[in-house]
Amino acid sequence: MVPLSYYLVLSAILFGLGVMGFLLRRSIITIFMSIELMLNAVNLAFVVFSHYWTAWKGLDSALSGQVFVFFVIVVAAAEAAVGLAIIIVVFRTRASLNVERVNLMKW
Amino acid sequence: MIVSSTDVLRVLPEIVLAVFGLLVMGAEPFLRRAHKGVLGPLALVGVAAALAATVVQGLHPGYAFNRLIHVDNFGIFFHFVLLAITALTILASLRYLERENINHGEYYALLLFGTVGMGVMAVANELVLVFLGLETSSIATYVLVGFRRTELKSNESAMKYFLLGSFATAFLLYGIALLFGATGTTFLPDIARLLGSQDTPSMLALMGIAMLFVGLGFKVASAPFQVWTPDVYEGAPTPITAFLSAGPKAAAFAVFLRIFFTALEPAHEAWFGIIWASALLTMFVGNLGALVQTNIKRMLAYSSIAHAGYILIAFAAANQLLTDVADEQARVNAMAAVLFYLVAYALMKLGAFAVVAHVSAGERNQDIDDYAGLHSRHPFLAACLTIFLLSLIGLPLTGGFLGKFYVFTAAVQADLIWLVILGVVNSVLSVAYYLRVVKVMYMNEPGGTLTVAPVPAPLAFVLTFAALGTLYLGVMPGTVFQIASRSTLP
Repeated sequence: MVPLSYYLVLSAILFGLGVMGFLLRRSIITIFMSIELMLNAVNLAFVVFSHYWTAWKGLDSALSGQVFVFFVIVVAAAEAAVGLAIIIVVFRTRASLNVERVNLMKW
Repeated sequence: MIVSSTDVLRVLPEIVLAVFGLLVMGAEPFLRRAHKGVLGPLALVGVAAALAATVVQGLHPGYAFNRLIHVDNFGIFFHFVLLAITALTILASLRYLERENINHGEYYALLLFGTVGMGVMAVANELVLVFLGLETSSIATYVLVGFRRTELKSNESAMKYFLLGSFATAFLLYGIALLFGATGTTFLPDIARLLGSQDTPSMLALMGIAMLFVGLGFKVASAPFQVWTPDVYEGAPTPITAFLSAGPKAAAFAVFLRIFFTALEPAHEAWFGIIWASALLTMFVGNLGALVQTNIKRMLAYSSIAHAGYILIAFAAANQLLTDVADEQARVNAMAAVLFYLVAYALMKLGAFAVVAHVSAGERNQDIDDYAGLHSRHPFLAACLTIFLLSLIGLPLTGGFLGKFYVFTAAVQADLIWLVILGVVNSVLSVAYYLRVVKVMYMNEPGGTLTVAPVPAPLAFVLTFAALGTLYLGVMPGTVFQIASRSTLP
């Protein structure tokens, strides 16, 4: 059986990849996808912790960790709806999806 | 799960706001352009009804929905503050939207939905609910910031706010996950109990606390997570800037207080250092940044960063006083200082941005120099803005002065002398950029672009209310401070 810590390390790696993508990529869409990756890394962590507390420690109320994942998914969907709308508006006014072109305001 | 009727009463303000939000949204497509004007007043009625509902909610303190919600004085206090902020924002927006030609009903609906989220944040007793409240208010404000959607600056700031906001949310969530991993629960009092049973907080919990601080630090715009603030505040429609600088900030501070002083209280020695450093950095970044600004909205944005720094001083003080069991009263005062400061700050910041919303309509008159001679064209606006700016400096007889006075007193009692000295240094620094605006308004000759329309009645009401409120808090702070100290967390 795969130890739980492996899942946690995977979750941390995914989260780190998301952070790197957010900081290094220039396309708004890729940046947005990086954020989704970070959220899903969090979901993985929630499920692992929930399993740890329920199956290993016998704490049934820790199922709330899995419920939390549903909420994160729902909120991520709502965020995607608003976020993509904002990205479309930005594309309409600038005809570009490069974040470096969105630079009217600095300092 | 059985929902009792008292459960419903304990979330009545949120229900009322959501219903009115849906009403506004549902009515909007059926109204002709000429009749759109009724939506703003309808939203205002909704906020008034929610204020009445808060009184009902206040009569039924206690837990609701399996302890997800905890209605206490603290939550009620923030409900009143947040609803007042929303009402003033709606009043300040009524004419603004017509002038900017963006008079759509969604604007008011989103404001109400955002307020639902903030209300939930004020009474949440559990991290899932904290997250949901935070996101409800954030998603509504992402849209509001980009409401002038054909305007390049507006959608640029919406994009920056959305991307950085979601980035911070991911950190907040990771923090919650790690804290859940360390304790096996998401209820704030249970987290406190489990953390209290350990001698030292585990590595997992410490990482969770740090991540939570990143997420919440972003929402209250504390350094080093403040980068988004000037850009978002500059590009957003100005009434929304006023709303952002007062409402979501107050709600985020409410959550900040509740999580850190209930759930993370046993680990308070672990997070004192971060708060201390962040308070210092936030003050300096805000004030030094504001010194070099020429755009008035950006200047006020940096000033609101600086003020978050002053509030964090009171946080650090309240933290230090936790160890000192004997000095219960000093700890209560430190926390009451945060609440009092938030009220004073909301009034002066809303007022200042409301003046800017009127003078700098569209993309005109954005620079501080454009305010030259405002006194000779509009003595009322110039006088109001002067009161707000003097209060932001913290001169006596204004709410800002007593806010700072209570914060610094708390810090002195907690032996944080260096923080107080540097805080005072920062206040002195800030005099320069606030007084420059006052000087320009009263001493300089008006320029050609300054042809300001007459002040509409709702805006005049907002300005009078904010100015009188600021002076009231400055002259007779006793009542509000009393209420604040009875509304602190146990």
